[in-house]
Parts: sequence; C-alpha cells; structure tokens
Amino acid sequence: MRSLALPLTVLALLGALALGLAVALGSAPVGPSQLGAVLVGQGDDLARTLVLELRLPRALAAFATGGLLAVAGALMQVLLRNPLADPYVLGLSGGAAVGALLAMLAGLGSVLVSGSAFAGALLSTLLVSGLAHGTGSWTPSRLLLTGVVVAAGWGAVVTLMLAISPARALPGMLYWLMGDLAYARSPLPSLVVLSAACLLAIPLGRSLNVLARGSLQAAALGVAVRPLEWGIYIAASLLTAIAVTMAGSIGFVGLVIPHMLRLVLGNDQRLILPASALAGGTLLTLADTLARTVIAPEQLPVGVITALLGVPTFLYLLHRSR
Amino acid sequence: MGRLALNDLIVDVPGRGSGRPLALAIEPGQIWGVLGPNGAGKTTLLHTLAGLRAPRAGQVQLAGRPLGDLGRREVARRLGLVFQERSDGFPATVLETALIGRHPHLSPWQMERDDDIALARDALARLDVAHLEQRLVGTLSGGERQRVAIATVLTQAPQLWLADEPTNHLDLHHQTSVMALLAEQACSGRAVVLCLHDLNLAAQWCSHLLLLYPGGEACWGPARQMLVPAALERLYGQPLSTAMIDGIPVFVPTR
Repeated sequence: MRSLALPLTVLALLGALALGLAVALGSAPVGPSQLGAVLVGQGDDLARTLVLELRLPRALAAFATGGLLAVAGALMQVLLRNPLADPYVLGLSGGAAVGALLAMLAGLGSVLVSGSAFAGALLSTLLVSGLAHGTGSWTPSRLLLTGVVVAAGWGAVVTLMLAISPARALPGMLYWLMGDLAYARSPLPSLVVLSAACLLAIPLGRSLNVLARGSLQAAALGVAVRPLEWGIYIAASLLTAIAVTMAGSIGFVGLVIPHMLRLVLGNDQRLILPASALAGGTLLTLADTLARTVIAPEQLPVGVITALLGVPTFLYLLHRSR
Repeated sequence: MGRLALNDLIVDVPGRGSGRPLALAIEPGQIWGVLGPNGAGKTTLLHTLAGLRAPRAGQVQLAGRPLGDLGRREVARRLGLVFQERSDGFPATVLETALIGRHPHLSPWQMERDDDIALARDALARLDVAHLEQRLVGTLSGGERQRVAIATVLTQAPQLWLADEPTNHLDLHHQTSVMALLAEQACSGRAVVLCLHDLNLAAQWCSHLLLLYPGGEACWGPARQMLVPAALERLYGQPLSTAMIDGIPVFVPTR
C-alpha cells in the first residue's frame, strides 16, 4: 500500500511554513533571524510579545480550527457515504450560531458567548440524532435530510435574530457568523483534541474504509456498524462544536480539504484523516494571515477568505470530476 | 469447521406469514442452491444466515455456536457473503476493493502486509480481473464488478460462502468458471450456499437444494430428489420441458 510517511511529512512541513508566515507577517514584520531568536527564548521584548503573546496563539488557534473542521468533514463524509457532506451539513453550526447570538443579544462576555455556542451545537446534534432515529431506522439519507431541514430552521432563527437586534450589536454578530479568530486565545485544548482524533484514526481507519463501502458490506466484513457510526457521529460533532466555539462558523474547509486530498492521495482513511488535519490547519492559518494583513489595520472575517478560496476550488474539482 | 445449522429458523420477511420453519444443516463439502421466484425471501434468508438480520424465530448456529454469541469479526473470519447489489460511495481501485476482504483477519493496528496483498492478487487472477488491478471499480462493467466482488470474498477466505446470485451479469464462460471455483471451494472442505435463478446451473453444480415458495412454504434435500419438474413448475408458476444431457437434467421454459 501507499506509504503514509511521505505525504504526511510534506503536509507537516507545509503546516510549519504556514505557521512561520503567520507569526512573521503583520503590521510589524518579524524577520526570520528574530523569529528564530524568539523561539529559542531570546530576542527583544517587542518581538517576544508580538510572536509569543499575539500572533502564535492566534496562528495555532487557526491551525487547530482548520484541522478540526477538515477532520470532522472527512468523518461526516464517511458517515453519510456522501463526498459532498461537510461538518455543518447536520445543522451543527446553525445551533451554535443561535446560541452565540442569543448570548450576544443578552450582552454577555466572550467566554459566555463561546459556552452558549457550544451548548447550541450540542443541542442541535442531539436534536438531529433524536429526530433521525425516529421509529428505529437510522439510515444515512434520513440523517442527512433531518440535518438539512434542522439547519434550514436554525437559519431562519438566525435571520430573525439579526432582524430584531439593535444596530450596534450587528457587526459583532455578523463577524461571528462569518468566522473570526480575533478572540481565539487558548489553542491548547483544541490542539490536544485534534491530535487525539488523528491518533484514533490509525486503529479505526481500516474500519472506516470498509464502512465507506456501505453498512451491509461493512457488517459482513466484521465491522460493528452501529457503534462505529455513533462513534463517528459523536466525534465529528464534538470536533465541529469545538471549532465553531473557537472561531464561529467557517465554511468550506471541511468540504474542500478532504475532497482535494482524496483526489490526490486516494481514499484510505488512515492517511486522509491525519492529512486533513494538517492540510485544513495549513489552509486556515494562511487564510487567517490574509484576513489580518490584506486591509490592515482592519481585519476581514476569515470565513470570507476560506469561502472565496473554497468556492472556485470546489467548483473546479467538481467540474473536473464529471 | 464451517457447519451451519438452521434450527427451526423462520426468516423475517415483512408482511408475510411464517410458513414452514427451516430445520437443516449445511455441512462442509456441500453446495446448497436456494431456488425461488422473485420476492420469495432468498436474499433475506442469506442475510439472516450471515447474521445481518435477526430471524423472526429460531436460530442459526455456526460451528456449533449461535451466530449472536460470536462477535461480528469472529463471524466474518468464518463466513463470507457475496452481495447481489453493491454501492460504492467513494472511488476505490480493484486491488483496494479485494483487500478489504482481509479486514476481519487483521488487528486494528496492523497495516495490510505483503502476504495480504499477494492473497488479493491471487484472488483477482483467479477471477480473471488481475489486469484491472489499478482501475476504479466504478468504471468496470457489471460482470467485471461481479467478479471483483467474488474475488473480495476469495481474499477473505471463509470456511462458509454465502453468494447471492453469483452468476449475475456474467457471460457463459465466466458463469461456468465461477461455479467451478465454488465447487473447488466445496471440494476443499468449505461449505457453499447460493441463491440462483438458473435451474440448469443448480442441476449441474449443487449437491443440495432449498426451494422457497412465495407464501413461506419450503422444502429441501439432495439436489437429485428436489429436481422434480412438477415441483419446479409449481415453484415458478411456469411450465417446463425437461431433457437429459450427460445424465444431468436440463430445464427449458415452455411458452
């Protein structure tokens, strides 16, 4: 079989490069030699503050968010046996958005906004899984339809809340809805979760490969289908909820990254899942760096950049794949 | 070994009465043909025998143990199923497809080893699809995909084969070579259960037959005793003419 090491090494190097760019670029550029000095614990105070306190946490948060979304997307695509599924397809970001906007309307601080978004995401997950479970049959198409309809419902609630909100609250709300890493400050927990997800992908990857062939075929080859499907669903929902909580709803990473990687690397989940983590992190780190620097000192919502990059890339891939 | 016992089994076909419970044993070395008209429950029976569906009543025992007591992985090491219908959501090559047959034999942390790949390649060669190894399954013809599916179960190397219309989509030569492969499996001490629509293949290759009638009635026994024209005409609601060629009965539907 294809070796896992080479593509993962290349992607890890690209990721490190993106992180380097992210901490170097900005209103006050930090040169490579200064960057090296800071990383080994030297350098002047200004550079240390810029790199270690401002840019590195944000860059790592962007990396973690992108990685979480891409892995969640790849998992959802296997779960729903549908290459066009993304982490938000089951209404999770809508639930998170309603939670976040409610907290903003109530004038709560950013910590409570995050908590409320997380609660909204989990509520949406429970709602969709409960409704899709229904009278017993739990098929991918039924889950997908339930998720899409619940997402449409959340969309209507979000629009309603935007319509009745006071004007001064609107910019913050819109930035949250488009994805924004300006308030992401503690990337460590999400990086740990992301690494754990990638480690789990190694022993579970072959079962996922078999599951991608259909649930009956997987069961006939010895996969405990129902527990595995629930596990994927819970894992993907949790990863997405963490990402959305950290950075709002950022589109297209979860859809485009696994899709691109499959075109290049094939469809072995033992490779695709860790590769998605690295490539998704790289893409979002670069997108966030662009969002910070293009019209500096103003910032663009990073979700706009990923969508602007993601839409043409995806249309191109779709067109090419017939 | 691969003995499969059906203890007063009633297959759960939705909307149908229970009919006659199946009480029979499939022994190593036997080839059982399951015959019956469309909708008689042949596929449902195979899925029940593989433990993919719960029976309405009764029990299936594999090697002396109830199917439910064996884990899915344990079942998959001993029992392989060729499906009638296949879905492929994601593109995969022919070799990757055959290799998933090794899944139940590898521990979660193991990657496929060289001898697994060699097994898969041998199976593909046996089914005459080795030259398609790097092709995507979705680009193959119906008959080629059927042979890849059979090669996947050959790679799985089970003691007991369940095959749902394994000769579907195959040309005459490949129908015969697939039946010969299954006969060879039986000769080497494995057991085979097939759903078939072709009475002549059944007459030529099966050692035992199970006739499933639409209402849930069933009868079974050695092939020679079951191939009675009157019973087969009643099974399909179709008049038949019979001839003997080389001591084997040949059935032709009459107009």
